[in-house]
Amino acid sequence: MKRILIICLLTGISLTVFSQSLFMTRSGQISFFSKTSVENIDAVNNEVTSILNSASGEVVFAVLVKSFRFEKALMEEHFNENYVESDKFPKSTFQGKITNLAAIDFSKDGSYPVTLAGDLTLHGVKQPVTASGQLDVASGKLILKGSFTVALADYKIEVPSLVKDKISKTIDIRVNCSYEPKK
Amino acid sequence: MSLKNNKTAFAIWALMTLALPVVAQDDLMKMLDEETTDKNKTEYATAAFKTTRLINGHSIENVAPGVLDFRISHRFGFVSTGAYELWGLDNASMRMGFDYGLTKRLMIGVGRSTYQKQFDGFAKYKVLRQSSGARNMPLSLSVVGTVMYKSLKFDDPSRTNYQSSNFYYCGQIIFARKFTEGLSLQLMPTVVHYNLVPVAGDPNDLFSVGAGGRFKLSKRVSVNVEYYYQLPANQFAGTYNSLSVGFDVETGGHVFQLYMTNSTGMTERTFISETTGDFFKGDIRLGFTISRVFTLRKPRIDQE
Repeated sequence: MKRILIICLLTGISLTVFSQSLFMTRSGQISFFSKTSVENIDAVNNEVTSILNSASGEVVFAVLVKSFRFEKALMEEHFNENYVESDKFPKSTFQGKITNLAAIDFSKDGSYPVTLAGDLTLHGVKQPVTASGQLDVASGKLILKGSFTVALADYKIEVPSLVKDKISKTIDIRVNCSYEPKK
Repeated sequence: MSLKNNKTAFAIWALMTLALPVVAQDDLMKMLDEETTDKNKTEYATAAFKTTRLINGHSIENVAPGVLDFRISHRFGFVSTGAYELWGLDNASMRMGFDYGLTKRLMIGVGRSTYQKQFDGFAKYKVLRQSSGARNMPLSLSVVGTVMYKSLKFDDPSRTNYQSSNFYYCGQIIFARKFTEGLSLQLMPTVVHYNLVPVAGDPNDLFSVGAGGRFKLSKRVSVNVEYYYQLPANQFAGTYNSLSVGFDVETGGHVFQLYMTNSTGMTERTFISETTGDFFKGDIRLGFTISRVFTLRKPRIDQE
């Protein structure tokens, strides 16, 4: 019986350690930019959720595409209705890993260059992406900032010829998330 | 639960220890899903229609706050007039209108029609918004109030005429539901008020019920139908119910509406109560509307 108790204790400890390596946010920010000579389009989503596992380097993101806010209401409607089809594909996700995990000391405050590689699912299409940026460790909290570029064609997002001049073929995506230890 | 022997205990421990890294690697996404399934979030149905008018009358949609919608509508003569009139195209009547979104729920608009030299103004307010999630609302409901002023000279200047005779009012409740991505339907109980009616026995308040909907043929094209049924004893002599069938075509910042209708006027009183064409006897007019939106006031976006 004593042994069972020890086992339980050990499992408990390992669980605690596991959960301490997890960081989470529900209010991360992802914004994107399309720049052409005719029109600039930008949108921001402040309801990004993400979990980062500092032990394994795993990072996951999830966004509801309907939560992107645009300057022009019509752009927002067209984004949802015609391009990302947010009724059919309400969620966009990223699942990946920090590729230079060894270079980051999560126990020491500071700024670390970081690279991420993984799969981005958008408009129902999964594609590998890599992003580079910066990870700030500050008193037990993490701030992840980074950017990457996606091509609309890779995600089967069609732009009709009539508005081809107004929408860039590649979109810059920026990420800015502040993580707190997950309880 | 009692464990029969230490072997069983060890097996369980081993399983748990093995299971942990698996959870960490593959199920982080699942964990995120569970953490973020926000039951307090309400999702509102959007874009039930491409624009604020179904064809002649209002749809459930408003223009967004800070957005100006400039609308030009044209209505041609009866197609049945034949080749000499180029199937009605020689005979155009138009309405020019400016609509503006004041808040998320309230929009206002003014317009001028060549038909009977009429001015009109309206306000449309969203009372209920179709939603799912924390707040479940099966329908959207809007109310519309319209005032119309006919500036045409009086038929008989020799008799005592009152300015009030040129005013007309319309009140509407719009019930709408976006059933699927492509299909939206709406029902519009309506009353039109005349200060002066054509014949002494005519009622001043005319009740009708409109019904209509759209079906999307593609992402950017939909087919629309709109019908107003005048209730018995709420109809002037020689008038018909208004029936319109058309297409919405969206191209970037514009929406084109192309339609066939038996109505001449483009405001509630003229198309609901004064339609003189019989759709099924070929009294059909072609018409189109161009809607162009301008963002005058940009919404505040929280961005660092």
